[in-house]
Amino acid sequence: MTSHGTTTAVTHPVELRGITVEFPGVKALDDVDLTLRAGEVHTLMGENGAGKSTLIKALTGVYPITAGTIGVRGVPREFRSTADAQAAGVSTVYQEVNLCPNLSVGENVVLGHEPRRFGRIDWAALHRDAARHLASLGVHIDTRSLLGSHSIAVQQLVAIARAMVTDAAVLVLDEPTSSLDRTEVEQLFAVIRDLRDRGVAILFVTHFLDQVYEISDRLTVLRNGRLVGEYPAAELPRGELISLMIGRELDELDALSRSAERTIDRTGEPVLRSRGIGRRGVLDPTDIEVFDGEVVGLAGLLGSGRTELVRLLFGADRPDSGTTTVRGASARIGSPRQAIDRRIAFSSEDRRAEGTISDLTVAENIILGIQAKRGALRKMRKAEQDAIVDEYIRALGVRPADPQALIRNLSGGNQQKVLLARSLATAPQLIILDEPTRGIDVGAKADIQRKVAELAEQGLAVVFISSELEEVVRLAQRIVVMRDRRKIGELTSHDIDVSDLVEVIAQESPETPDHVENVA
Amino acid sequence: MTGLTVAGETRAASAVGSVRRFTSRRVTWIPVLAAVTILLLLLVGAQLYFGNFFTPRVLSSLLLDNAYLLILAVGMTFVILTGGIDLSVGAVMAFTGMLGASLLRDGLPTAVVIPVMLAIGAGMGLAVGVLVHYFDVQPFIASLAAMFAARGLAFMVSLSSIKVEDPAILWLQSTRLQVAPGSWYITPTGILALLVVLVGALVLHFTRFGRTIYAIGGSEQSARLMGLPVVRTKILAYVVSGVCAGLAGVVFTAYTGASYPLNGIGTELDTIAAVVIGGTLLTGGSGFVVGSMIGVFVYGTIKTVISFLGAEQSWTRISIGALLLVFVVVQRIIVARSAAQRR
Amino acid sequence: MRRLVRQRLFWPIAALLTLIVVNTIARPSFISVTVRDGQLYGPLLDILRNSAPLMLVALGMTIVIATRGIDLSVGAIMAVSGAVALTIIAGSPSPDDLGTVLVAILAGIAVALVLGLWNGFLVAVVGIQPIIATLVLMLAGRGVALLITGGFITTINSEPYRFLAQGYVFGLPLALYVSLVAIAIVAVVERRTALGVLTESVGINPEASRLAGVRSRGIVWGAYAASGLLAGLAGILYSSNISAADANAAGLYIELDAILAVVLGGTSLMGGKFSIAGTVVGVFTIQTLKSTITFLGVPPAVSPLFLAIIVVIVVLIQSPRLRGGISRLATSSRAPKTPEVVR
Repeated sequence: MTSHGTTTAVTHPVELRGITVEFPGVKALDDVDLTLRAGEVHTLMGENGAGKSTLIKALTGVYPITAGTIGVRGVPREFRSTADAQAAGVSTVYQEVNLCPNLSVGENVVLGHEPRRFGRIDWAALHRDAARHLASLGVHIDTRSLLGSHSIAVQQLVAIARAMVTDAAVLVLDEPTSSLDRTEVEQLFAVIRDLRDRGVAILFVTHFLDQVYEISDRLTVLRNGRLVGEYPAAELPRGELISLMIGRELDELDALSRSAERTIDRTGEPVLRSRGIGRRGVLDPTDIEVFDGEVVGLAGLLGSGRTELVRLLFGADRPDSGTTTVRGASARIGSPRQAIDRRIAFSSEDRRAEGTISDLTVAENIILGIQAKRGALRKMRKAEQDAIVDEYIRALGVRPADPQALIRNLSGGNQQKVLLARSLATAPQLIILDEPTRGIDVGAKADIQRKVAELAEQGLAVVFISSELEEVVRLAQRIVVMRDRRKIGELTSHDIDVSDLVEVIAQESPETPDHVENVA
Repeated sequence: MTGLTVAGETRAASAVGSVRRFTSRRVTWIPVLAAVTILLLLLVGAQLYFGNFFTPRVLSSLLLDNAYLLILAVGMTFVILTGGIDLSVGAVMAFTGMLGASLLRDGLPTAVVIPVMLAIGAGMGLAVGVLVHYFDVQPFIASLAAMFAARGLAFMVSLSSIKVEDPAILWLQSTRLQVAPGSWYITPTGILALLVVLVGALVLHFTRFGRTIYAIGGSEQSARLMGLPVVRTKILAYVVSGVCAGLAGVVFTAYTGASYPLNGIGTELDTIAAVVIGGTLLTGGSGFVVGSMIGVFVYGTIKTVISFLGAEQSWTRISIGALLLVFVVVQRIIVARSAAQRR
Repeated sequence: MRRLVRQRLFWPIAALLTLIVVNTIARPSFISVTVRDGQLYGPLLDILRNSAPLMLVALGMTIVIATRGIDLSVGAIMAVSGAVALTIIAGSPSPDDLGTVLVAILAGIAVALVLGLWNGFLVAVVGIQPIIATLVLMLAGRGVALLITGGFITTINSEPYRFLAQGYVFGLPLALYVSLVAIAIVAVVERRTALGVLTESVGINPEASRLAGVRSRGIVWGAYAASGLLAGLAGILYSSNISAADANAAGLYIELDAILAVVLGGTSLMGGKFSIAGTVVGVFTIQTLKSTITFLGVPPAVSPLFLAIIVVIVVLIQSPRLRGGISRLATSSRAPKTPEVVR
């Protein structure tokens, strides 16, 4: 930027250029730029796997950078640890509020920089200082109270106060609003605006669309580890933002037959019907039903409650409310075992933490579902095991086609296929798939989608969550739309396409486009 | 600028407000109060049953017979507060006792021997701390190995007991100082034990080291992200436990007038039980040395009651075990209940 | 050759063979076997016979560790089962009667099973950490055993009972048969049924197993019950060997020996995949080690020191292996720990 003929290099608090972060086998970030300006709230947007979290971790010294530069006030820096980042003026408040709940509020704000007298802590001064820092954010609470006795919202404000003790120039807030209610969000935003007006550069990460527009001055959108663009918030309408985040996939997947156009017989009893199923603080009471041969897709952005809903259906979490029937008969599903006994299978979105049994082989992982169902005493005969394992390896195209390979050595896509095989091998009547194609290569994606469509055509009932709206549109005969932990719509249409769906998700009030039938 | 005030503050004047303030500030004192209650119940119950329990002689000997356990409990509190555990304290106490007795027998002056004993304790604690932190060995395995090593080393010094005739050591236990009218008395070992409790409490409350210990117990990852010296503190906690074990070796040797390689078998369990009964959570982050002191007195009272009853001493271990179990189960229920309540 | 080296059992067996070879070089009589009255004797036979209690305990410990747990109470359970059995025999008018002996043995094992179920209940249902849950029994168990024996070391004179640990059948010690049968039963139950794979699954990833429909609670409970049962049998053997119930000495420190045997055999303390054969090799290795130590003239009381050193070495080797795995992922000096789930 020039003024009066002289070049003034504008040094921003933080400038990331060409950031690339690679792990073995996966490039999490590819040539991403990010500029944080003083006195501005800059929001980082992107779906799961887009790279938001990786970028934050690169900025705050948690991950090493494979390529690119970090500039702090124009000076290139290297952050080898979180302490380095903090020393450079970059403070972070994480979603889990990394403070100690068993210490007092005052200590959490000030410990590490506490006032001392004759070598011992001066408690009176400590609490005075802490109260002062909190007050500058407009927070007046008892600094002697234990941090754990306060709500997450207040704890977050304490975390921000701590970040400000070191006069941070940059404040990074990673998904701060996930556990807050409306009033608390407003309080948080008031504090953020105040800090912004004082000149702090704020990097805000969230997936709640409404909040993004409420607080942001500028947006950076990431997709699949790459930078899509940086935009002033006022110049990017909601629908366009969603399209940028979700994007368009290759036509390779359109080779699939338009499975969604099948007609479903909904006259009989549904395989599963849940009325009012919910859990306090997690999901508002919701109705959902699935018929034989039907694929019900759950669409919505991250945090909309899709995973929470299916976990309640499967009994992975216990519902507080609601009734469920399976083929008309009342069913109490309070644990995975109870669901499995009713021939309901489930595949979690987090395959590493909740799916793969890492040290076991592909074969052992596949037959685990059947074996668990049969119990410990009735071991499957080797011949039977081998037959089933070989059949599924072939049907799903698992590579390498080696039943004795350790599952942890397979690629993400093949691991997902093995987990799918585990669920299918138990011959369920309903299968729930949570993000089955996330983070896997296009070929495996196509294989899995093809298999799901095939099985549904043969009569299997499917509930299917995907952040990729084309997938949902391609496969589902019925789409349940969710947002902010509520069901906001249910669409049954043969003409629906992705942009219609985007509109439904993005809208402020439940209003469906004319040619889409909303049966919410 | 928005003013954020938590609801309780505006009603600070009312009684409800002050109760709320108490619970939000001092909720971690509740287990300690529970321990005090149990202690009082035991003492009162014993007095009612025996009639001659509440005598200055009996109560004074509560402190003196268990001075060594008091010192061990202070050290153990430091370790448990960080979420770890130290199973070696009994064996280290025995080893330092044997080494000390042997050195005294060889003619070394007390002023040299005692620091050596403390240094050995510190060294063993350091070894455990390094194993736990730098090599990611689970605390109970590392300290179990230290326990075995110390026990073996104790036997290496001598297979049989060594009598201690050093006047300085004996003075520690045999001197009775009148503390109050009647036969209330205290020995230097008792004073030493109480001093250790005092120093422990001061350190935990008034130093960054102490507050970091609580922080680590609350959430080690958070403490690290807060920039606190986690590594140094964790290792130091084990060193403290080791030094206490060494000091307990001095006190116990003075108490028995000799050193015996089989001393302290099972003492680590008594120590852990005393600390837990005294209100320190095994998961770390919550507890006080004063509470551990109460726990030691509970232990001592039970032991005295058992001997008054003329019953076998093994009932002491069983009662302590049962009491420990009750405390752990209650802790677990409270933790499970509060986890379910959290939004 | 490469494939042989990578076999999981290679290093444990190599270590054992090395130990045997070294011993033989030092004293050629080590591998000698003498025949007397149609019965085999010799140092190797001694090892086979004396290792029986440890073998039983270690088998149970293997399964418990596979579920990511630990059982510190096995020694105390041994003491209790021995006490129960001997008290029955001592109190019976016909101690030599086979019927009485059988009842005594079954009673001892039954009590041990109940104690194991108790441990399992605390861990699987109440959700207490395995260390603490089994620590309680470790504390109280010996006290209970002492009570049963009335504070004394109950001795008996019963030929059938003595035969268990010291008798010979077809020229080989009966105790060896007991070991072999136990190994066979455990191996069959774990590997012929699906119990082994389900146990490994629970140990490797408890949450994924739960979502796949595995009955984790039952598996964990059963593991502790099995550990108790086997410890009970070990206690019978031990008391049979000395024809006495010594509540203080029975199974003293056998916990660490068992943990060490399991770890030497290649099972990780973190839980998951386990190896019965590995544990068997580990047990023989420890027994041979103890025999070596005795032969070297080191008093048995000091042997814990050497075991501690071995534990530390083994655990250190396992630890860098963990680290080596992670550092393989890093191209630079720092390694991100969780690259897969990128949110």
